[in-house]
Amino acid sequence: MPQRIGIPKETFTGEKRVAISPDVVEKLIKLGFAVQVETGAGEGASFYDDALAAAGAKIVSAAELYASSDIVFKVREPDLNDVAKLKDGTTLISFVWPAQNPELMKALAAKKLTVLAMDCVPRLLSRAQKMDALTSMAGIGGYRAVIEAANAFGRYFNGQITAAGKIPPAKVFIAGAGVAGLAAIGTSVGLGAVVRANDTRAEVADQVKSMGAEFIKVDYEEEGSGGGGYAKVMSEGFQKAQREMYAKQAKDVDIIITTALIPGKPAPRLITAEMVASMKPGSVIVDMAAERGGNCELTEPDKAVVKNGVTIIGYTDLASRLAKQSSTLYATNLLRLTEELCKAKDGQIVVNMEDDAIRGFTVIKDGEITWPPPPLKLPAPPAPKPAAAPVVKEEPKKSGAGMAIMALVAACLFALIGATAPTAFIGHFTVFVLAVFVGYMVVWNVTPALHTPLMSVTNAISSIITIGALLQVAPPAAPGRPDFLILIIAVVGITLTSINTFGGFAVTRRMLMMFHK
Amino acid sequence: MNLAHPANLTTVAYIAATILFILSLGGLSNPETSRRGNWFGIIGMTIAVIATVFGFRGSLTGDVQIVAFHGLPWIVGAMAIGGTIGIIAAKTVKMTQMPELVAIMHSLVGLAACTIGFASFIDTTPLDVPAADLAASETIHLIEIYVGILIGAVTFSGSVIAFGKLSGKIGGKPVILPGRNLINIVGLLVVLYYGYVFVAQGGIHEQAPTVQILLPLIVMTVISLLFGIHMVMAIGGADMPVVVSMLNSYSGWAAAATGFMLSNDLLIVVGALVGSSGAILSYIMCRAMNRKFLAVISGGFGTGGGAVAKKADGEPQGEVTPISSSDTAELLKNAKNVIIVPGYGMAVAQAQHTVYEITKFLREKGVNVRFGIHPVAGRMPGHMNVLLAEAKVPYDIVLEMDELNEDFPDTDVSMVIGANDIVNPAAEDDPTSPIAGMPVLQVWKAKTSIVMKRSMASGYAGVDNPLFYKENNRMLFGDAKKMLEEVLTALKA
Repeated sequence: MPQRIGIPKETFTGEKRVAISPDVVEKLIKLGFAVQVETGAGEGASFYDDALAAAGAKIVSAAELYASSDIVFKVREPDLNDVAKLKDGTTLISFVWPAQNPELMKALAAKKLTVLAMDCVPRLLSRAQKMDALTSMAGIGGYRAVIEAANAFGRYFNGQITAAGKIPPAKVFIAGAGVAGLAAIGTSVGLGAVVRANDTRAEVADQVKSMGAEFIKVDYEEEGSGGGGYAKVMSEGFQKAQREMYAKQAKDVDIIITTALIPGKPAPRLITAEMVASMKPGSVIVDMAAERGGNCELTEPDKAVVKNGVTIIGYTDLASRLAKQSSTLYATNLLRLTEELCKAKDGQIVVNMEDDAIRGFTVIKDGEITWPPPPLKLPAPPAPKPAAAPVVKEEPKKSGAGMAIMALVAACLFALIGATAPTAFIGHFTVFVLAVFVGYMVVWNVTPALHTPLMSVTNAISSIITIGALLQVAPPAAPGRPDFLILIIAVVGITLTSINTFGGFAVTRRMLMMFHK
Repeated sequence: MNLAHPANLTTVAYIAATILFILSLGGLSNPETSRRGNWFGIIGMTIAVIATVFGFRGSLTGDVQIVAFHGLPWIVGAMAIGGTIGIIAAKTVKMTQMPELVAIMHSLVGLAACTIGFASFIDTTPLDVPAADLAASETIHLIEIYVGILIGAVTFSGSVIAFGKLSGKIGGKPVILPGRNLINIVGLLVVLYYGYVFVAQGGIHEQAPTVQILLPLIVMTVISLLFGIHMVMAIGGADMPVVVSMLNSYSGWAAAATGFMLSNDLLIVVGALVGSSGAILSYIMCRAMNRKFLAVISGGFGTGGGAVAKKADGEPQGEVTPISSSDTAELLKNAKNVIIVPGYGMAVAQAQHTVYEITKFLREKGVNVRFGIHPVAGRMPGHMNVLLAEAKVPYDIVLEMDELNEDFPDTDVSMVIGANDIVNPAAEDDPTSPIAGMPVLQVWKAKTSIVMKRSMASGYAGVDNPLFYKENNRMLFGDAKKMLEEVLTALKA
């Protein structure tokens, strides 16, 4: 009996997203599940009932859905009404925000539910990244923030030179270069604006630059990374320097997009009323932190207001405003998560609490609150630098000693040969040593691309050993010499080396003919 | 000839041949001049052979002809047979089989060195030196014979085993005998002992060789043959480039030893050239793997430390993201810069022609496609270059690791075809990895990397590859040739 996955319509006012897409319906069915969707659930995201039904979903009423689903996918955290409708023992997968919603957690636990929170996916586990809906939603939010700003802004983003005169490009300043900030940078750059960005975490400077924006540093030394890829609260001295920098930027830029959030704290106040007053009329501020109190003093959540000629946008539903895109990505995140839970592909989910990723986002297990999870045992960040450095340093020293020993051995060997060997040998030895050096010099110049031809040609050349056999074939007679035996051995030798000579040169030629520009 | 010293003509001809051989190797510095270089080699060889067959050599009693007339038909016959076999082999060999061909050819040089050594030993012609030097020369001559046959035999059996491994007739896994070092040392001692016996019994020129006199040579030859087998059996598939170039070097030293034995400077010079060439190649290969030559030769990579380390901290274990061939085509089509990194898997799958078709298509669309070649990619130095050249890939887009490793961050798609260890980020990040410190192609720095692989098995080094689990990496599973053909179809669609 496959488990049933139910997707209700979102009940939160104005929420257009839905936790499913037709593609994902198909893939869930392939994993062995049955999928049912509430009538009209996907309308806000332009996923109509017939498209979902065509993909294999059953379209049902809300009552039937809640009564018969083993697993419920949602976007927003359920309200208490929704919770009442859930049948006991259901698995709920949704955004939950357990820290902000203790009441909700209690209600969910009372129903003996298992609750998997999409906002608790451990982002640092690389294999969990495909399930990280916060990232996909933040990316969409960043994009939409720029679109909203462009909508409210009365000018072009890109600079142009027209017959009617020169238009300067819009200047965009982005505060906070997390996922949303980077998406906003990418979108603004794409529209042709001059983009600057700032973040308290110095390590993101490279990412900012790679997106095509300029990284504005706060003129104060302090590292702002609070672990886990999030920012932390900064010192007073830093905040003062930061305010000065923001005040300067506010006077200069046309658009400010703020994305600064600190986990578990109200959003930091970055833009004061004076800064807004100092901006050029017609400028726009999009405050993506509006839901958590706003980065701008004058932000009003869910509203676009005009103060001193500056439009301040505080929408909290930016992702919902791009409902089809965000639903598609969110549904895919859910699919990836379901795949993790259903490795056997048999239509049954297994919440394996031994698995770091699954443990991380399981906030209620069979009615028992398991949030917060124990800290992740993350692999210690590799520290190859200090380990590698001494090794490198040791090398030349060691090889220096090696060289000295080598030179000593060589000197002894040479002395020995010089003292004992007959003249004829010394002549040959001279030739040998010089030839080794010539070979050394010549071969270093061979281009690596031709190493194979080098081997086959040296192979052909080394069959010069055939000369040895030629010398033995039929030399002047000597007493007692087993002429015929030597002749036969020499002929064998000549045959073998001829294979090499002819074959080696021929195959080298064949190879070299293939190299062309 | 009525010249006072006709032997001098032969000597001059040898000098010319030597110069031509040096020029021949020098020509390989550049594909443009390489074909001319090959011709220099051919001409040099021809001159050397003619000057020997029809030439004279100096002796205490005046110049004597090197080859008596009755020897000519034998020489012509032997060369005709050998030459025919060689040319047929050269024409029919597939480019993917080049390592095998080179290995088997090394074995021939080794075998020839053995036959010449034995023939020289049973030759009763007195050494051509003043009476005062006779005793010392005699000793040296015997040492030369002994060493010449030793090197020849090791080269021969080692190359035969290398041939077997490269052609798949013998398993690629290293075979490590218990107490292998002890076996080698005992073998060496026996060889040294018999070397002493052999030289001490001396004066072979007055008597016909008997079994008793030949015994030390035969024992030594058998031990050398076994040593060659033992040595190459212990070396894993990925270390084959080192072995092949080492055997290349040995075949040169064998020729040089023969030259000493026969007092022939041409052999000495050419042997030394080839010997140092092979030695340099071995060195380059070892450096490319950040390993010591002795460590490679003492064998067993991918069996001992590697496997243990992998089990101990199997940390990079994680999820891989598969990709379909049509999505791969889509990525390639939308890319501006693409770097393809081929490995032995491409050779096995014979996929180089399809790779070129894809390259051609993309280049016509204005995509900048280049190839990144790791020095030890494949089974012999320069293996990949030859395969790509065979598929008509222009050599100016085939670059060495050092030439394009900096360019990966600006690359949209890097595509790894049948390679593993040479693109393993653990070599840079993980000091405990068995391949730590080996220079690798930094494919993961591209926006997206695609790894084509038959399965999730680890590379020859037996090391897990964290590349596969990177977020920007995609795995395209399946036979390289089949998958690339699908990619090509999808591109053209």
